[in-house]
Amino acid sequence: MPDLSSDIYVFLLAAFLGLEVIKRVSPLLHTPLMSLTNSISAISVIAAIELAGTQRSTLSTVLGTLAVAAAFTNIVGGFMITDRMLKMFKKREVRP
Amino acid sequence: MNAILAAVEQTSGEHGMATAFATASYVIAAALFVLSLKWLSAPSTARRGNLAGEIGMTLAILGALVQHDIISYRWIITGFVVGAAAGAPMAIWMRMTAVPQRTALSHAFGALAAALVGTAHYYLYDLHNAPPTSVVMGFLCLEVLLGGLTFTGSLMAFGKLQEILPTRPIVFKNQNVFNLSILGAAIISAVLLTIHPQWSWLFPILLVLAVTFGVLLIIPIGGADMPTVIALLNSYAGLSASMMGFVLNSKLLIIAGALDGASGFILSVIMCRAMNRSFTNVLFGAFGQVQTSAAGAGEKKAVKSAQADEVAQILGAAQNVIVIPGYGMAVAQAQHKVRELYDQLTKRGVNVKFAIHPVAGRMPGHMNVLLAEAEIPYDRLVEMDDINGEFPQCDVALVIGANDVVNPAARHDKSSPIYGMPILNADKAKTVVAIKRSMNPGFAGIDNELYTLDRTLMLFGDAKAVISATARELAGSNGH
Repeated sequence: MPDLSSDIYVFLLAAFLGLEVIKRVSPLLHTPLMSLTNSISAISVIAAIELAGTQRSTLSTVLGTLAVAAAFTNIVGGFMITDRMLKMFKKREVRP
Repeated sequence: MNAILAAVEQTSGEHGMATAFATASYVIAAALFVLSLKWLSAPSTARRGNLAGEIGMTLAILGALVQHDIISYRWIITGFVVGAAAGAPMAIWMRMTAVPQRTALSHAFGALAAALVGTAHYYLYDLHNAPPTSVVMGFLCLEVLLGGLTFTGSLMAFGKLQEILPTRPIVFKNQNVFNLSILGAAIISAVLLTIHPQWSWLFPILLVLAVTFGVLLIIPIGGADMPTVIALLNSYAGLSASMMGFVLNSKLLIIAGALDGASGFILSVIMCRAMNRSFTNVLFGAFGQVQTSAAGAGEKKAVKSAQADEVAQILGAAQNVIVIPGYGMAVAQAQHKVRELYDQLTKRGVNVKFAIHPVAGRMPGHMNVLLAEAEIPYDRLVEMDDINGEFPQCDVALVIGANDVVNPAARHDKSSPIYGMPILNADKAKTVVAIKRSMNPGFAGIDNELYTLDRTLMLFGDAKAVISATARELAGSNGH
């Protein structure tokens, strides 16, 4: 039986913290915000790694491997595209 | 820290070290994820934020890899290779105008991972002898329900944004009743499974209902509502990961998922507010159907059209110009030509600003990214509330492929579907120049009276071509 009440506290605190922090994000950066949070939520890769690596059943290995691939696509692609976008935001003229 | 120390104390040897490392890496990863979002608040620290996210993710993955019960890395590495091969090329070569599609696709992948992991966990239980408790099962059902519907919903959104699927809402009789009964059936299955976790025959039914509802949810949603829907799907994908955290008792998953869920939620609230509509209205209103009759009945007012050289003259003589970009600019890939025009005008001492409506484009922040790509300094990009007061002093409002966000009907026409939506006050400018492909109504299918105002000039044509021509005219008369 997982420690339900402490999990719920963690969820609530993280959600409130998230709301407070994200409210401050400039609307300029809403697109990169979405791609960054999407990469972060690909943290489900750690559960997928466990499934693909422990090989407890054929089904769990297959689904785990697919999940590793899907989540890792978001991790690699998400952080890269976020950085590509953020690099473009410049305050001053860069051309001579 | 206590958790780390406890982990170190209670275990010893190689396995103990591995567990301690995993625990520590998860704690640090969670902290880095929060910092990463904090640093994203301003463009000056945003790249550091992304780096913090990358480091956190790398640590967490390393922590997961050293766990001692992993017996083979073969399939993990296969997954990494496939994922990297799919993700990296997309990130490197994709056009910035395609960001909404890529985002929808990444929500689909994230949700797919959650649904697959949830399914795998369910079938790993010895359902006859040691089924999951109802609490665990409840979270597991939520995980696959949210994951499943977000997976297909996001794929549908991708199809609409990529224009593989028709972008207009598709409606049929009793659609909402039908959709809600599918959702209802899914929820009932989830509740029954929570009460009777061993009823394994019901689990595939829950999955099918979830993915079916995902498709049905997006079918009646039009292109103009995509910013809200993408944000909402973002939130669901995050919540699904959070639910997985409850099933596995993993605080890191709960935190990361909650952050993503909160972000998607805030963005969708901002989008709804920017359209003065409710979630229910966006999801079930089938906004943007072709309006039959209604508006078409009124008399057609004449529009004044102009050529690029006239527009160049007007712009060149202005002191203050406000550019209003919309989805049309993205479709025409015109952002770099807009930059040329901006350069020419700035060279002549014209003060050029850009007015950004929160729902311009197909996802939150879409216009900002495109204009930043064209290297327009971000201090020139001004939000709606901050710039609306400046329109009366503005000589020319240049509307590029925007439509509903500048339609004055939103202010006074109670019969208009966009009545009450906050708009950019382009009609208050001394002169309005609107670039448009033709007089066809915009995505919401509503006539725009801005185009028939006395001080409005229409510049018909492909945005990229006509802006390029205007910039050339200005360069030519500048003595180049």
